Amino acid sequence: MSELAAERVVVAGEADGPVVVLEEPLSFWGGFDSSTGQVIDVHHPQHGVNLTGAVVVMASGRGSSSASSVIAESARAGTSPGALIVRNSDEILSTGAIVADELYGRPLPIVEVDEATFAACVRAIRISIYVDGQIRIDR
Amino acid sequence: MAVSLEPRDQDLLEGARGEGVALAMRVVVRVADAMGAEALLDISGAHIDSCLYHGPSGVDFVERLAVDGATVAVPSTLNVSSLDLAEPGRFRGSAEFEADARRLMDGYVALGCAPTWTCAPYQLDRRPAFGEHVAWAESNAIVFANSVLGARTHRYGDFIDICAALTGRAPAAGLHLDEARRGSVVYELGDLRPELIDSDALAPVLGYFLGADCGVEIPVIVGLPEGQPEYRLKALGASAASSGGVGMFHAVGSTPEAQTLDIALHDRPPTRTVTVTAQMLRAANDRLAPPPGQQLGAVCLGTPHYSVAEFERLHSLLDGRRVDASVALYVNTSRAVWHEVQLRGWADDLIEAGVRIVQDTCTYITPVMDPFDGLALTDSAKWAHYAPGNVDVEAALAPIEDCVESAVAGAVVRRTAAWWEDPR
Repeated sequence: MSELAAERVVVAGEADGPVVVLEEPLSFWGGFDSSTGQVIDVHHPQHGVNLTGAVVVMASGRGSSSASSVIAESARAGTSPGALIVRNSDEILSTGAIVADELYGRPLPIVEVDEATFAACVRAIRISIYVDGQIRIDR
Repeated sequence: MAVSLEPRDQDLLEGARGEGVALAMRVVVRVADAMGAEALLDISGAHIDSCLYHGPSGVDFVERLAVDGATVAVPSTLNVSSLDLAEPGRFRGSAEFEADARRLMDGYVALGCAPTWTCAPYQLDRRPAFGEHVAWAESNAIVFANSVLGARTHRYGDFIDICAALTGRAPAAGLHLDEARRGSVVYELGDLRPELIDSDALAPVLGYFLGADCGVEIPVIVGLPEGQPEYRLKALGASAASSGGVGMFHAVGSTPEAQTLDIALHDRPPTRTVTVTAQMLRAANDRLAPPPGQQLGAVCLGTPHYSVAEFERLHSLLDGRRVDASVALYVNTSRAVWHEVQLRGWADDLIEAGVRIVQDTCTYITPVMDPFDGLALTDSAKWAHYAPGNVDVEAALAPIEDCVESAVAGAVVRRTAAWWEDPR
């Protein structure tokens, strides 16, 4: 077990869940089904993986503006990831997470981490994230 | 460090223009904080992507904003919706979805947005001038505004677009600021076949390659002939924003902040320089190109929405021939552009040739195409990238010449395959 700190808390919140690593950036719109929580981008290496409740580790977001809506809709439907750990934050993702909080009181935490922390998160099996940006890696 | 607000911003937060605008201001401030902005700035216009239906949360949001009669503070255009209002009978989804999508569209019109229903607001009469700050959503429109117009918008997503429109304010951060507009990765076009360099086929594939390669940096392209037409820059940007998170690119000699390589780089060294080879482009193209020997079902053009110049090209490529009866050829466009095409006298010829026009929406985001067997061919890397996940079709990218010849022949025609080979 190890404790690490986020470089920056983009959207504050708490989460605890299994880690899913996205090996390439994912556009949530067109790449993620908010009714099931699955990755549906056929070109993506994690095609078919379910992200619901997971602590999703990915370098950055990608593509469409509609990703904000898909994030908010998945928060409403209860299929969203538990949290996002990124190298570079993406306003399209954070806007969706903020609106999910404003509308439904369900913030989706997003934290930005440095390279070493990112590498540790990629190897982790389960991660907890706290409001102040603390990251606890269980294994 | 929280964003510093002016008294007029505080007034909006405290409800000076009602609960709806207060919610909008709260979202603007929170997004500004998430971006690390120190201040807000005034915008002169907005383009709203939130009008495309993705589920009940969209309707919840617009109705919260509209609760006490709020209207936009700056001229605001609307992106594609989920429906073709000119031909509502085309929609093949459920009646419930259609009613919800319509309710969302009505919500945005009630907030005072113009019912333009297009993903190419830069093809409308009034477009932002060089240096003008706007809040645009829709990834292809963002790239076009920044790269081709020299206007300034960050990569905004849904919700923040309408919140900026209602408040007239946006975070002073990201692509609004000089520093973030600096090109940093140089892409030199290496040895490519001249017929590829001269063709409309290069832009979507080059963009698709760049988007996947450049990460969060801003690409600078060296070696394109100067003065690239807008429709090529549009295709380049749209595909780069599909395979990656590109919000701006520079093409030396073609885009307004890249008169020279040094200007695009802000007189600093690039982080890296990539020589783009035929092999790299072939690999990008192969990811989206047609598998051999497939039956052709449809040809889908107009992603982003077709411009007048693109209709002129299609009219000329068809040259009086008809689309084969076994194939449906769709073109997505805006009402404004289609009106112009009618005035120019090409519309009747295109309809006579069997071209099906889709307005207000796009064939890859909502079920408006008649069912077909086989492959859908497109000249848009964005369409080829997203359509399989969105509307469950098998899609393949091909240059416009092959798209048109295939539509006329009723089978996949690949006259341009050699363009991707090494020149020697």
